Amino acid sequence: MPSTQQVIETVTKTKQYSATDYSAFPNSDGHFGPYGGRFVSETLIYALDDLQRIYNQLKDDSDFQAEFDKDLAYYVGRPSPLYHAERWSRELGGAQIYLKREDLNHTGAHKVNNTIGQALLAKFTGKQRVIAETGAGQHGVATATVAARLGLKCCVYMGAEDVQRQSLNVYRMKLLGAEVIPVTSGSRTLKDAMNEAMRDWATNVDDTFYIIGTVAGPHPYPQLVRDFQAVIGREARAQCLEQTGRLPDALVACVGGGSNAIGLFHPFLGDDGVEMYGVEAGGDGVETGRHAAPLNAGIPGVLHGNRTYLMEDENGQIIETHSVSAGLDYPGVGPEHAWLKDLGRVNYVAINDEEALTAFRKTTLTEGIMPALESSHALAYAEKLAPTMSPDQTIVVNLSGRGDKDILTVAKIDGINV
Amino acid sequence: MSRIGTRLQDMKAHGRKALVAYIVNGDPYPEATLPAMHAMVAQGVDIIELGVPFSDPMAEGPVIQKGHERALVHGTSLKGTFELVREFRKTNSETPVVLMGYLNPIERMGYKTVAETAAAAGVDGLLTVDLPPEEAAPLKSELTAVGLDNILLLAPTTTVERARRVTALATGFLYYVSLKGVTGAGHLDVDAVKSKLAEFGQLTELPMCVGFGIKDPATARAVADLADGVVIGSVLVSKMGDLADASADDIAAAVGDIVGSIRLALDA
Repeated sequence: MPSTQQVIETVTKTKQYSATDYSAFPNSDGHFGPYGGRFVSETLIYALDDLQRIYNQLKDDSDFQAEFDKDLAYYVGRPSPLYHAERWSRELGGAQIYLKREDLNHTGAHKVNNTIGQALLAKFTGKQRVIAETGAGQHGVATATVAARLGLKCCVYMGAEDVQRQSLNVYRMKLLGAEVIPVTSGSRTLKDAMNEAMRDWATNVDDTFYIIGTVAGPHPYPQLVRDFQAVIGREARAQCLEQTGRLPDALVACVGGGSNAIGLFHPFLGDDGVEMYGVEAGGDGVETGRHAAPLNAGIPGVLHGNRTYLMEDENGQIIETHSVSAGLDYPGVGPEHAWLKDLGRVNYVAINDEEALTAFRKTTLTEGIMPALESSHALAYAEKLAPTMSPDQTIVVNLSGRGDKDILTVAKIDGINV
Repeated sequence: MSRIGTRLQDMKAHGRKALVAYIVNGDPYPEATLPAMHAMVAQGVDIIELGVPFSDPMAEGPVIQKGHERALVHGTSLKGTFELVREFRKTNSETPVVLMGYLNPIERMGYKTVAETAAAAGVDGLLTVDLPPEEAAPLKSELTAVGLDNILLLAPTTTVERARRVTALATGFLYYVSLKGVTGAGHLDVDAVKSKLAEFGQLTELPMCVGFGIKDPATARAVADLADGVVIGSVLVSKMGDLADASADDIAAAVGDIVGSIRLALDA
């Protein structure tokens, strides 16, 4: 059998997957080239098989799709607008920047697209309890929200560090009836919350549905989360055609686990003329080692059920990540991103904390839109990219969430006690 | 036949049940592990399962997670674990040693290097918790090439159809996870174990050892009646955590005592 490295080299050299093949992945056992798969203990395999069977049965079912679409329209408020940031674009003097306004969704971020979808799957299974992991708290809030609406018991695992720095979201989840369980093992952040959620699932697999918040984890999660989030890209594609008469020249989205980015990118993967930029969290700067940018500075390995790029030490231990944005503070990334990187289809770049904070302020002051610190990474990259392009070109940036949750963080950096 | 196979066959021939004991290498500090291994052997352990610490031990309960954390503070690694086994083999060539851990450290070192270094160090088999049969073929072929056993898990949720696939790839013995949950959980149901083992026993000639949730001599005895052997782990790692500041001799004596009490129950 070839090693991971050999597979990667073969895939990269031969570019054996033409653009039109993107929708055919993952393959039936959950692989995106050498990435993805299902690396979990035996206890969970049955639950994953079961989930996959249910998803395969429902994903092309017109009643299921109709219910999903209805919830997205009337509960989430879709379609989210594609907004031409004219003032900011004019200032930058380059490409026209359009913002895909996921911040306007119910609960304030793209996360709810996925939790609506998975909650419908949970409802179909009849399981009465849902669990989730959360970093910044957005996915936890989105899960608690759909659980409240469906009357399901909800437990959210959150790193003890994140519970401290995202106290507002913790209280929101509690108001929504969820139990928030602080995780004190390991580095006490998102990755440890995911470990703990997996342990809960292994223990309570009979009555519990695990709502994973990003396009990572064991197959079929990367696939089904992507499919639920792809509504972002489908809408953006149609809206861009309608507003500009053609497809965008570039897409920009932040990448932690990568769900908002894959949601925007996926419907465009076959459009050769559309350049794509996934923006990782550069933290103090990729060169300092204190960052959360596995696609920029990591290597392939196995964590949380899938093979992907990881941040790890020379012994294969996962290392701590650093980012001002809790939602990007994750040492891995969705396997499809790993594959798209190797194929050269998407460019993965990094934006450090300071640049993201500058973009947070800039977007707030110039457009009157306060972005989440996660999304601010994408905005900061767009700010670099736009001036290198001409005014008749278009960039679509995924404004994946709103910044209300980050006000305390920014105030603290400013030395202000709110 | 491998050291594992020989030992288990021998046990069976004498109508005895195998005792498999798990501790984490480097827990609570590196100098404690080797004396603990020898003490456990002296008190009647048949197979040592040496945990290779990992930063994200997804299948472990809180007790063993802490064991991994204590070991990682001292920088315990897969490479260091091979060195430890080499030391152990200087005075013990009989007791099989299985390394139990997670895939990423193995991926980092490379399957071939891991297999060859492990074999040279005197390791007998690998149990990689997050490597189900669907993904196991590449590592298994490297292990087979150097004569190492590939220990796989069966769970209460494993269907008979899947169990066929598992048993086809496993060598040495099969590790039956006695409950839905993580290591050290407290809800082992002996009757449920019995019916599953009866089902799986039809599929394979491999010995079956049962672990997860075996805490005391009585449970060990009850489970042993259904299987070829039992695995204890959390009860030992918990003791090591309690004795984190004790001398290596004291730690060795304490885990030896636990092992001795279970051995007694198994032989009764």
